[in-house]
Amino acid sequence: MSARFNDTEQFALETSEISKHFGAVKAVDELSISIPRKGMTSIVGPNGSGKSTLINLLSGTLPLDGGLVIVNGVGLQVVKAHETPAYGITRTFQEVRLFDQITVWDNILVVLTNRRVFPALMERSKQSHRDKARSILESVGMWEKRDSLAMELSYGQRKLLEIGRALALDVNIYLFDEPFAGLFPQMLEIIKDIMKRVRDEGRTVIFVSHNMDIVRELSDHLIVLDSGRLLAEGDVEDVLTREEVIEAYLGT
Amino acid sequence: MTIRLQHIRDNIKLLSNPREFRRASKGNIQLWANLFVIGWAVVFMLWQGVGFAITVGTVFAIWAMLAVSLNLVVGFAGLLSVGHIGFFGIGAYSMAILSSDAAYEQLRTEALTTFAWPFFAALPVSALLAGVVALAVGVVFNRFRDDIYVLVSFGFAIISFNVFLNWRGLTRGAFGIHEIARPQIGSWTLDGELQFMLFVLAFLVVVMLIAWFIVTSSFGRVLTAIREDEEAIEVFGYQATHYKLAIWVISAMIAGLAGGLFSSWTSFIDPFSFILLESILLVSIVILGGLATIWGSLLGAMTFVLLEEGMRFLPFLPTEFIGQARQVVLGILLVLLMLFRPQGLVGKYRL
Repeated sequence: MSARFNDTEQFALETSEISKHFGAVKAVDELSISIPRKGMTSIVGPNGSGKSTLINLLSGTLPLDGGLVIVNGVGLQVVKAHETPAYGITRTFQEVRLFDQITVWDNILVVLTNRRVFPALMERSKQSHRDKARSILESVGMWEKRDSLAMELSYGQRKLLEIGRALALDVNIYLFDEPFAGLFPQMLEIIKDIMKRVRDEGRTVIFVSHNMDIVRELSDHLIVLDSGRLLAEGDVEDVLTREEVIEAYLGT
Repeated sequence: MTIRLQHIRDNIKLLSNPREFRRASKGNIQLWANLFVIGWAVVFMLWQGVGFAITVGTVFAIWAMLAVSLNLVVGFAGLLSVGHIGFFGIGAYSMAILSSDAAYEQLRTEALTTFAWPFFAALPVSALLAGVVALAVGVVFNRFRDDIYVLVSFGFAIISFNVFLNWRGLTRGAFGIHEIARPQIGSWTLDGELQFMLFVLAFLVVVMLIAWFIVTSSFGRVLTAIREDEEAIEVFGYQATHYKLAIWVISAMIAGLAGGLFSSWTSFIDPFSFILLESILLVSIVILGGLATIWGSLLGAMTFVLLEEGMRFLPFLPTEFIGQARQVVLGILLVLLMLFRPQGLVGKYRL
């Protein structure tokens, strides 16, 4: 474990035997993974294999029951959601979670403002914030929709806006929980392009997906989960040809 | 969302041009709600005369202050509190106790600690005390959300009422506190009803400006995000509990201020002014006017006060029924409104 602490150059994010139990169900069971800093990592596995729980643990949305999350060479026993941007982590959610009854514009602007209570009270939206929000909205093609409420958008637009909201945070690690689920092909291309762009900026992109074509196309590193345990981890083509992966997940 | 100068200018332009007005008013429920409530108020003032108008104006200002303060918590932060009247009561009792002086003491049957502070010293302390209690209560309440929050705030309303009723050494219990002083500067006392109404209305304006300052800030935007999805905003680095605690304390301080003004105005308070029903009425006003709109809280308070005070004069009802009839009418109004306009008179949001 201590050896891994030194690999911060190579690995953006590691876990050491992290667990999460819901009653008797071991959603994530002593899972140790290492996510390379460069390129895209995808997490696959059957339904209920702990993919979303893993994302929730890494982003502090769920508390850890045990183990360490290692980020920037620091081992964390407790990951607090509101501290994750300071570690350089942000995320999107499996079921899109926008701020429904505020405008698209405010949905982006809200994550750009001051984090501390009293400075935030004194702060109006700055020009730099508005410029940033505008460039984000333009990059995901939502600028024309800026005055609509988030709840009025279509599913695909909501998905895009949520990704945009994550991109508004200037961090190193993006966790995307099922960014491709339920979208028509045109929208898939848009989101793929966004993710490639983020990767090319030298940031770490981690995503959960069921779409094996996209996983093959985009990711460099693959993590296969089954019943909360690590089934395989490594180079995509290598992992996908392993017998146990084919047996457990692909089923053919 | 809030009153802006541009809105006022637009509205004046709208009302002064008949053709514009016909076009804009078609199906515009917000505009009609505004016109109806304000028109109703004006008609009532003209009908019942100046004295009545002054009473209604003062009561309105106090309810409006409370409604604006509660809307910050319920409408903007999404915390449905039904215990807000407790902070109002703390403010009112602070003012009553701090400003009571020994001269009245001989009239009293039970002992009351006397401070004999001047009004302008007691008023900020009333607000501050409400804030301090809110801070202590809020730290615990922050653990709860949604329906559980309603329950714990309900608990707070009950506890605060019982403290007012049973801590007799401090509050004189059910006897209440009499002869609460009006504001005084040197030898000049603010005892005219009209002056006092203007005094309270001035505070209402200040409270609205404070509320406006809060909701237009980055802080206000984060509050609305907390209302929509607390877990999601946390992921972006905002500690929701701090924000909720801050708005809770600010809101309680405004309620405490309103309480101080109220007890100085009525000059007599007892615990029964601060029962749970008043708290529920306050929540009704906020929902009636519209969540997350400061102007809506004003309209809601005006509607409520006109119903409350105005129905006393309905000529065709026997006097003994009017008290109950008021509650019935308010109840029916709420049901109808929630059926046809769940977002309130001028609101856009739902809980």
